[in-house]
Formats: sequence, structure tokens, C-alpha cells
Amino acid sequence: MKEIVVISGKGGTGKTSLSASFAFLSGSEAIIADCDVDAADMHLLMSPDFAHNEDFYSGQMASIDNEVCTSCGLCLEKCRFDAIETDGERYQVKELDCEGCGYCERICPVGAISMKEQKAGQFYISGTRMKNTLVHARLRAGAENSGKLVAKVKKEAKRLAEQENKKYVIADGSPGIGCPVISSLSGADYVVIVTEPTVSGLHDLKRVYELVKKFDIKTSCIINKHDLNPEITNRIMDFIDSESVVHLCNIPYSNTFTDAITRGITVLENGDTEMIKVIKNAWETIKKSINDK
Amino acid sequence: MKIAIASGKGGTGKTTLATNLASYLSEEKQIILADLDVEEPNSGLFIRAEKIFQEDRYKMIPGWVENDCTYCGICQEVCNFNAIINLGTHILVYPELCHSCYACSELCPTAALPMQKQKMGVLKHYKKGNIDFVESRLDIGQEQAVPRIAQTLDYINSISDNKEIILLDSPPGTSCPVIEATKDADKVILVTEPTPFGLHDLGLAVETMQKMNKDFTVVLNRFGVGNADVEDYCKKNNIRIIAMIPDSRQVAELYSRGELVYDKVDSFKQSLDSIKHYILGK
Repeated sequence: MKEIVVISGKGGTGKTSLSASFAFLSGSEAIIADCDVDAADMHLLMSPDFAHNEDFYSGQMASIDNEVCTSCGLCLEKCRFDAIETDGERYQVKELDCEGCGYCERICPVGAISMKEQKAGQFYISGTRMKNTLVHARLRAGAENSGKLVAKVKKEAKRLAEQENKKYVIADGSPGIGCPVISSLSGADYVVIVTEPTVSGLHDLKRVYELVKKFDIKTSCIINKHDLNPEITNRIMDFIDSESVVHLCNIPYSNTFTDAITRGITVLENGDTEMIKVIKNAWETIKKSINDK
Repeated sequence: MKIAIASGKGGTGKTTLATNLASYLSEEKQIILADLDVEEPNSGLFIRAEKIFQEDRYKMIPGWVENDCTYCGICQEVCNFNAIINLGTHILVYPELCHSCYACSELCPTAALPMQKQKMGVLKHYKKGNIDFVESRLDIGQEQAVPRIAQTLDYINSISDNKEIILLDSPPGTSCPVIEATKDADKVILVTEPTPFGLHDLGLAVETMQKMNKDFTVVLNRFGVGNADVEDYCKKNNIRIIAMIPDSRQVAELYSRGELVYDKVDSFKQSLDSIKHYILGK
């Protein structure tokens, strides 16, 4: 079983549309994981049935029992996150600021503070219209995206893939270079970076690639909207060439992506034959290069 | 006044809006523009200005002093993030897991874990005409965006005389970095696009903003593609759409080259004008 992760650095480059296309092409050969738990969109193209649904708990939050509290103010003094406030008498925890470190609970002289498990989101396993299984999640609004929910999504997808003898796990990663992406990349066998020929696209590609290099994973690149700026497309080609990144394909700027999203289908099902050919070829290249060492 | 420009979905045009708006408003007002997308900061590619200040940014982590340590294990016990392990003959600190709460350091009975600085990123301050532009970037491999965002906001407060318009180009999503970037904002502008992805992620962003009791509005970018569901959603939920920016390949091309758009595309400038009226309360 091989794990393929699709990432982008910059948002809005077509990462999810392409991940869903690979999910469509692999059909029952793969388990699909949506690791972009912060703004998970892949399910909008796959008609999942949300067959399995569980609460996801992660981290803790402090809570002060005002019946016991003597208003000594030690918690407020020690908290490094300014997460405790007072009106002079009563003390309370600012939920959005509490990091859950538990320091206040330990030092409260009268034991007025307790730590409570935090519900951080929902976790789902779904059957989809593509005859595969989608492991996905929804982070609670404003929750900490520590990478733990991403790790759970990936772990469950891998477990299912091994149990059901699937060939691939295809993961839609998250944008950026912080904890969720690091969590998406760890343990992967193959990375597809989706970029676009804009100054931002190139800048973010270089940053995310620097991160990918730390993992020593075989890496490939798709340039979406390549004809938007041929000069930057050439610079991206030079960059990936110099880093020995596999160039999978160039995709033209068109409204096919937006139209497909609007219809809730993948770009492969939208009737653009040239687009279908390019993406199918890319998937064949991925399958081939993931298996040679 | 602080205005945060945010979105649930990435790539909807936050940076395009923030940089063009900063430049347009600077024709009349003093502006501070801050790029708070510390993982992938891009605003600086569009605001080419002169650097006037640069400083490394740090986080505090415990540093182990072997000679003072008795291996009592209290540090490991009090760390809620598994960032410190007592091996009996050695204390291991995992800086990337550390949240800098100081519990281990301050509760160590022999003061064997003094806090020390570790570099996390760089803050840069640029100036161009009426625009002060502040950018903070996270070093590659560092995981925690939130403390960088908090430090950048502290820096902005230190240079502000409270008369400027402060524009905060926020990171995408709805989790902790967005909360940090928007929590002190007076108004939040959510940028979205008229597609099911845009609608879905707008819904999440709205939920976050409502939870924070924020005054927020929507800018609909790439208007003309997709469908009318975002407009219907906003109408139904009494959310004001302050501008609809038409979808345009010309805008995409200008953006691709790192150029500002409003001085070349009239419809874009008109949208900025609506947003200006909203910000200035006219």
C-alpha cells in the first residue's frame, strides 16, 4: 500500500479538484483521506454517506469553580496566554485563548481549577458514489488545528487500506507549511504539489518544497493554469527540474474546474476531453513512478 | 481601526484585496498593512517597498541544565503537550511540541530548566508612501503559527498611533491562526467565491466569526462564475455583501505578475470604492 499526498502551499490552486480526480480514477483501489480538516471540501464532489460519525476530542481547557475560588489571582499571574480574566472578584477562563497547558490547575492553592477534555470536531468514514471509502473530518469552528485530527484521518485511512488490501491511500493535504501540513506529510510515500504560475504560487511552492525535502519523499508537481503566465511557468519548470521533481503535467487556465465544482463533480466528468487526457496521464505517471525506486 | 481580511477557503483573493485596498486607501489615509499568513506570506510580492526594520522572532523553550537536574520527573508530569521526556539519565525537550507555558521551568524544584530563546521566524517592516507594511514569516519546519501572529500584532500596536487604518491579511481556514489574526479586529471582511467550495468554507468562517461576536461582511470575488448560492445564503442569514468583484482573466494575469490591479481594471476599482465606503462608514 502506498500513500499519495496532494498539497499546494498556496490555497486555491486546484488541489482538491485534482485529489478528487485521482480518487475518481483509482475507484475501489484506494482509500481517500481529506486531511484539509480546517476547510474540508472534497466531500462536496464525492457524495459521501457519512455512515460512521464520531466526536473527536483533543486537548483540554481550564475551568474555574467560582464556589471554591478565593480570588488569589495566582492563575492570572502565571498564565502565559492571557487566558484568565477577572472583574476584580470573579475569575474566569477565556475559552478562545486557553491553550490547555494545565499550569493553572496545578498551582491553584485551593484546587478550584479543573481541566476538561475539549470536543475538537467530527470524524467521519463514508462510502461514496466513486465506490471507495472517504475518511474525513470537520474541525469545530475556532478549534486548535494541532495536526492531531489530520493524524487521525490518515491513520484510519491507512488502517482501512491495509485491512481491505487497497493499493493506495490518496490524501488531500492542507495549505501552508505549519502543523497540519507536517502531519499530512509524515509517513507518505509520494507527494504531488499543485502550483500555479503566479508570483505567489512560485513563492509558496519553494517554501512548501523546502518542507517536503525534510521528509525525503518522492515528489512531483502539477502546474495548473499554466498559460496564465508562461514566463513564470518556465521559472517553475526550471525550479522543479533543478530539484529533480517529477513534472506530471501542465493544465490550462479554464473555467472547467469552477464549472465542475459547481455541479458537484470532478473535472474528469465535465466533458473537457483534453483536460481528461492530461489528468489521466498524470495519474498513470504517478502510479508508475511510485512503484519504481 | 483594524480591518481583518479573511476567508475559509484559500485562494479566494484575500491578498489581492488586502494589497490593492491598502494601496487605494493610502491615497487619502495612513495605512498599516500586516501579512499575518505567516506560513505563506505573499503580500510583500505586491507591495514593493523599502525595508526599514528587521528582527528575528523567538519562542521560549526550556533548556536543560544537566548539573542541576535530579531527574525527579516533575517536568514530564506537568507538561500537557508531551514536549519533555525524562529518560532517567537525560532530559529530552521537543521544541516543536512546546507551547511555552513555563510550567516545567517554574515548577522544577532545582531550577534546572531555565527558559531560553529559540528562533522561529523573522519580522520585517517596510515603508512606501503612506503605507507601513509589516510581514512576519515562520521558519520552514516550525509548526506553530499562532505565537508568530500574536507577536506581529504586538509589533503593529507598538508602531500605531491609533489613527491609521490597519489592514490584516489573515491566514486561510477557521482554526486557531484565524482566531488569533482576527480577534482584535473591529471589522472582518470574509472573501469568498460563488462556488460550493466557497459557500461551504464561508459557512465555517461565518460560524467562527459569530462565535467571536465579530462585526463581519462578505466580499464576493470572481462574481459571474458558479452559481447564486452564496448570495442566497447571505440574504437568508442577513449577511451584507459589500462588493462583488467580477471574474476576470485580466485580474488573474495582473496578479500572476505581482502587479496591483485597481489602477488598471475599472470594475475592480469600483469594488474597492464600495469597500472603502464600508470601512469609512459612509
